[in-house]
Amino acid sequence: MPEHTFRLNGEQVTVDVAGDVRLLWVLRDLLGVTGPKYGCGVSVCRACVSHVNGRAFTPCTVPVEQLEETDEVTTIEGLPATVGADLHPMQEAWLEHDVSQCGYCQPGQIMAAVALVRRVAEEGRAITEADLDGIRNICRCGTYNRIREAIRTGAARM
Amino acid sequence: MSRTAGPDASEPGAHPVGRRRFIGYVLAGTTLVTAAGLLPAAGAAAEEGARAADLTDVVDLNDVMTLAAEPTAYLIRVEVHDDGTVSFALPRAEVGQGITTSTAMLIAEEMDLPVDRVRVTLADARPELLFNQLTGGSNTTISTYTPVRVAAALARRRLLEAAAAELGTGIDGLTVRDGVVSDGSGRSRDFGSLAAAAASARTERAEVRLKAPGDFTVIGAPRGRVDALDAVTGRKKFAMDLDVPDALPTMVCRAPTINGTVGSVANLEEVARMPGVTDAGVVSTGVAVRAATFGQCIDAVRALDVSWEAGTVDGMSDDDVLRDLGRAEAPMLPRPPFSSTVDEKFTFHFRSNSALEPNCAIADVRPGSAEVWAGLKAPIVARGAIAARLGLPPGAVTVHVTESGGSFGRKLFFDAALEAAEASRLFGKPVKLMWHRADDTRQGRTQPMATSRVRISHIGDRVLRYDQRHTGVSTDLGHGFGDVITAMAAEIPGLDGTFAQVFFQLSQATSYDFGLGGRLLNEVGRGFNTGSMRNVYSPNVVCARELVVDRLARELGRDPYEFRRDHLKDERSRAVLDKVAEVGAWGREMPPDTAQGIAFMHEYKADCAVLVEIDCRRETVERPVRNGVAGPRVTKVVLAVDVGLAVNPLGLEAQMQGGVMDGIALALTSGLHLEDGHFLEASWDNYFYTRQWNVPPEFEVIVMPGTGEPGGAGELAVAPAQAAVACAYGRATGTMPTTFPVNHGEPSFEPVPTVPPVPAPPADGLDHVD
Repeated sequence: MPEHTFRLNGEQVTVDVAGDVRLLWVLRDLLGVTGPKYGCGVSVCRACVSHVNGRAFTPCTVPVEQLEETDEVTTIEGLPATVGADLHPMQEAWLEHDVSQCGYCQPGQIMAAVALVRRVAEEGRAITEADLDGIRNICRCGTYNRIREAIRTGAARM
Repeated sequence: MSRTAGPDASEPGAHPVGRRRFIGYVLAGTTLVTAAGLLPAAGAAAEEGARAADLTDVVDLNDVMTLAAEPTAYLIRVEVHDDGTVSFALPRAEVGQGITTSTAMLIAEEMDLPVDRVRVTLADARPELLFNQLTGGSNTTISTYTPVRVAAALARRRLLEAAAAELGTGIDGLTVRDGVVSDGSGRSRDFGSLAAAAASARTERAEVRLKAPGDFTVIGAPRGRVDALDAVTGRKKFAMDLDVPDALPTMVCRAPTINGTVGSVANLEEVARMPGVTDAGVVSTGVAVRAATFGQCIDAVRALDVSWEAGTVDGMSDDDVLRDLGRAEAPMLPRPPFSSTVDEKFTFHFRSNSALEPNCAIADVRPGSAEVWAGLKAPIVARGAIAARLGLPPGAVTVHVTESGGSFGRKLFFDAALEAAEASRLFGKPVKLMWHRADDTRQGRTQPMATSRVRISHIGDRVLRYDQRHTGVSTDLGHGFGDVITAMAAEIPGLDGTFAQVFFQLSQATSYDFGLGGRLLNEVGRGFNTGSMRNVYSPNVVCARELVVDRLARELGRDPYEFRRDHLKDERSRAVLDKVAEVGAWGREMPPDTAQGIAFMHEYKADCAVLVEIDCRRETVERPVRNGVAGPRVTKVVLAVDVGLAVNPLGLEAQMQGGVMDGIALALTSGLHLEDGHFLEASWDNYFYTRQWNVPPEFEVIVMPGTGEPGGAGELAVAPAQAAVACAYGRATGTMPTTFPVNHGEPSFEPVPTVPPVPAPPADGLDHVD
């Protein structure tokens, strides 16, 4: 079987698997990185949202063979290290607002939130209600209001 | 009903022997283990096994559940360890509702121990607990509030006694703070060092006094969840995250129609040779495939060439079910002489109770034994069913309860656990079985379609009768509620009828003083996969009721809030209604096509009122949302809740927020379309649960001071939220909405095919990074 290599949470990893297997399954089933969750497999629920080169994406829709050797994949497990701390400010904000209920979607929510704040900052503006309305991640427990509050808190500290 | 419980009123679930004095047990062991007792204190007249409560006091479903759990309360143990931590294996399921946190708080409170030193885990299926391991009916805190505290208080008492012996002093001079016992002269012992000394060589009975509510420092104080750090770091483990050796990903290829079965498979061997695939074979629900990754399972499921036998509802569509319900509806009695009536009938479509974590389970079936891991709210029932399916004695099956990624009723059942057991036996290997989202939506359980007809008879302002005929496809309660009710029916006067009717009557309170009347449930058996969805019958029953109350108020020229207020039966109910009216500025002037709505509900020994504002202006309804439903926007929610005693107000607020999100979805966007024996919806972009663009920007939860005894909270907000949104929608649009969700009409999406049963995974993720 072909080998595929990419960077995962700061380390080079190599997997031996068919190239069309989506990255979500490479992470979860082969590498044991279970922070990104399955909720639909078609990029709708966004429970698996992680970062590739600092941008949000859904690993359930990326064949592993499409990753370059230098592509940096960051999952929730690797998020704190991107700021050299035990927790990323967005995770701190999530704790402060006690956002999680069942917690299943929250890794994806946090990764989506961090990417949103970065993108908005690059555009040189502050987060708006419309930005928050535009987040597509589903939370079936309905933690949406606390997610909105936490993103504003986290954004202020990023 | 009586709601006069003060701080010293009798507490359910344990035996009071005076003001806050209870019996507990110190259990034999090498470290300190305590449990709540069954027996009243010496001198009390009651016999062994007698119940504390008078059975004629049973007024609702929670009383039944609490009484059913009571005889086994002594089997739930608090254990003190030599590292100073306390552990407790909770015989309930944590599905996001926060009971591991609230239970840790109860133990910490009675022991004067920091909450982070209490470890609450989820107990394996324990058949000896009988009816005391069923998570449902929002009953966990109601039924465990006293037994858990009794066990904890007894542990504290024993630790004090052990410290007194070591320090050579009496216990009266000792104080406890943060798990450390101190005397007045600077000497101290921590709980860990006392755990062995406080243990007992034999099981002993002891009397213990609970803290007075006025001394609470942990109970009632807002606290973040005990698992919050694990959740935000991705360390929280759900069933599919567990590393069970050789349990490889497994999926099932399912029929194109509901409950269709396998006729023949043309290419089973070919599929078994696909990359990564280790096994393929027919199980009772379809064709199971096991592979190195779930991605390869999906490929295999899509490649299978299966000839399917008929399902259980082939050919049926929404209108066929609706027609059957019409035939099954019980007739109304003649209206009282000289009275006028308001009379409306509502249709509530099928809903999915899918959690974000789909149905899933790990199973390792060996010759003569089996081990299963899954999020389960009725693990004892699951264990029995798995044993029966495998032909094993129940004692040969071990069932571990994992943390659940949501439930909303789904995890009352164990469909995936049964399937996993079957697949593991077939393949002779451990399996990690998961349903695809499309399976979970199309073949998973639903809240069944129902109609509700409400008629209120009145002469002028005086209401004479309230009648409701609720008619639905039958709700499957065969997960333990039925067993509880059967077992209790012999003991409790007036409990008869089918499970569903008893459940319905027990769960529906008569909140308004509307004279005589009756609520009847009629269910028609049809081959759908159904189950309780969060708040079960109430969202639809209450929504119908509140809409007709609004209409009656309008016809009488009365304000909807004041009309409700005048007819609510007690002060506690009026207090929550008054609170939302005051905080939400009820009656304020609103622009055209926007309106307020208000609704009330009593259940789970709790009261909840919801005031919403809705925006139905065209520019709002038609605002662009990609692959989603915009529709009316609820712009503001004010909710007042009285649960008697909020153990954790922060968790209570979270449950209220989540319940409102459900209510908004049920009123406006969430429904399944049945067409030709299958549901059209197959993903979250078809089944429109509330999304950020539907979330009310303003949301306020008011926790009322309460009366001292905890009620249930996990489901409470759904019904009044759905009702308030429906009432606001009606007032904003000047219509009476009679079909829910209001957007049911024509589906706004292109359904994905039913063969193959799961969609192809996209491969363009890198084109959509943001």
